[in-house]
Amino acid sequence: MIEVIWATLRRDLLLAVRNRTEVANRLLFFVLVAAVFPLGLDVEKGLLQAIGPSVVWVSALLATVLSVDSLFRTDFEDGSLEQMALSPQPLTLVVLAKVLAHWLVTGLPLVVISPLLALLFNLPGTDMAVLAGTLLLGTPVLSLLGAVGVALTVGLRRGGVVLTLLVLPLYVPVLVFGANTVHLAAAGADTSAPFYILGAMLALAVTLAPAATAAALRISLNG
Amino acid sequence: MFRALVNFYHRLGSPPHFYRISGKWIPWLIGIALVMIAIGWTWGLIFAPTDYEQGDAYRIIYIHVPAAWLSMFAYVCMAAAGAMGLIWRMKMAEVMAVTAAPIGAGFTFLALASGSIWGKPMWGTWWVWDARLTSELVLLFLYLGVIALDNAIEDRRIAGRAVGILALVGVVNIPIIHYSVQWWYTLHQGPTVTKFSSPSIYWSMLVPLLIMGIAFMIFFAGAWLMRARNELLRREASKRWARELPEAS
Amino acid sequence: MSLTEFLRMGGYGGYVWSAYGIATAVLVWQLTAPIAHRRRILKQIKRRKRRESRRQ
Repeated sequence: MIEVIWATLRRDLLLAVRNRTEVANRLLFFVLVAAVFPLGLDVEKGLLQAIGPSVVWVSALLATVLSVDSLFRTDFEDGSLEQMALSPQPLTLVVLAKVLAHWLVTGLPLVVISPLLALLFNLPGTDMAVLAGTLLLGTPVLSLLGAVGVALTVGLRRGGVVLTLLVLPLYVPVLVFGANTVHLAAAGADTSAPFYILGAMLALAVTLAPAATAAALRISLNG
Repeated sequence: MFRALVNFYHRLGSPPHFYRISGKWIPWLIGIALVMIAIGWTWGLIFAPTDYEQGDAYRIIYIHVPAAWLSMFAYVCMAAAGAMGLIWRMKMAEVMAVTAAPIGAGFTFLALASGSIWGKPMWGTWWVWDARLTSELVLLFLYLGVIALDNAIEDRRIAGRAVGILALVGVVNIPIIHYSVQWWYTLHQGPTVTKFSSPSIYWSMLVPLLIMGIAFMIFFAGAWLMRARNELLRREASKRWARELPEAS
Repeated sequence: MSLTEFLRMGGYGGYVWSAYGIATAVLVWQLTAPIAHRRRILKQIKRRKRRESRRQ
C-alpha cells in the first residue's frame, strides 16, 4: 500500500520537476492576481488590511482551480490514466498520492509565499502567521475537492470552464473559514475554534474526496 | 400486497412501463398542485391577517419559504436518485438524478428573487449578504454546476453517473456551506439582530404556508416526471418501444 | 377589503405583485419547457423513422 503511494508520489513529483516552468507559472499567477488588487483600489492602509486576507485567499482559490487540471489531463491523454484504473492497485490510493504531489508543488508554495503577499497588504506579523496557517490547512482541501471536479470533467473537450463552475461553490466553506479566521485574528479574537474546523474539513476531505475522485475517474473513463 | 409493491417497484425500473405509468400520474399531480397553489395563495393574499411589523409585504412568504423548502428538498431527491443510480446502476435512477436539477434550480431562483423583493422594502436594499440568502445563492451555483456538467457530457449514461457523484459531493457540502455562511454572517453582523425573521406566526398565517409547501412538493413531483419522461425518450429513442409509441407515428 | 386596497397591499403592492408574477412565470415555465422539449424529441423520432423506412 505504501509502495503504491510512494511510487505515484515520486512519479508525479518527478514530472513536476521536469515541468518546472509550468509550476512556477502557477505561483506567479497567484502572486500577480493578489498583487494587482491594490492597484485597483484607493490605497489607504485601513482598506488594504481589511481586504488583504480575502484577496490572498481568493487568489489561492483561483490559482488552484487553474492548476488542478494537470492532475489527470496529461495522464488521460496518453492513456496512462486508464492503465492506473485497470491496475490491481487501488485507484483511491493512486489519487491520494497524485493530489499530495499536486499540493506539494502548487499548494505548499502558496503557503510559503503568502507572508510576502501579506506584506503587500500591510498585515501585521501575527495576522501573517494566521494567514499562512489557514492556507496550510485549506490548500490541501482545495486540491482534494479540485481533484473531484477534474475527475468528472477530464473526458470533456472544454472541461476547464465547467470545472470552475463545479468546484467554486464547493470551495465556499474553505474560503469563508480561511479568510475570516484571519479577520478574527486581526480583531484580536481567539482563533482556535475556526482552526479546528479547518482541520476537520481537511480530515473529511482526505477521507472522502479520493474515493469520490476514483469513482468519478472510472465513470469518465468508461461510463 | 407486499408482492404487488415489489412488482410495481420493478416495473418502474423498466422504461416503457415507467413511461406509461408516469404519463397517467402527471395530469393528476399537476392538476392537484395547481389547485392547491390557487387555494394557498388566495388564502395567503386575502384571508391571512396583516402582519403587525411588516404589513402586507410579508405575504411574499407564501412564495419565498415554500420555494426555499423545495430548493433543498429537490437537491436531496437528486442526490438520493444519484446514489441509487451509482450503487445499483439503475438507469431510471440516473434519469431521475439528471432531471431534478433544472426544477431545483428554478425553485432556488424563485427563493432568491422573492427573498430579494421582500428584502427591498424591509431592509432598503435588493441584496443583503444574509446567511440564508447567501447559502441559497451557493445552492443555485451547485445546481447550475450540475446542469452544466449534464449539458457538457454527450453520453447519457456517463452523464447520469457523473451527475450522481456531483450531487452526492454537493449534498455532503450543503450543511457545511450553510454552517460556514451562518458563522461568517454572525461574525460580521455586529450588534444588530438578523432582520430576516419571519413575522410572528399565527395559525391563520401558518396554514396557507403549509398548503403551499405541499402544493410545491406535488408540483415538483409532476414536473419531475415530465422531465424524466423526456430524458427517457431521448435515451431510448432508438429502441422499439419508443418508436412504436402512438405519439411517435 | 376593496379591490384597490387589495392591489395596494398596504403600500407594498409593487413588491408583492412582482414577486407573485415572477412565481407564476417560473411555474408556467416549469410546465411549458418540458412540453416543448417533448414535442421536439417526438419529432426527431418520427423523422428518424421516416428516413429509415425510405432507405429500405
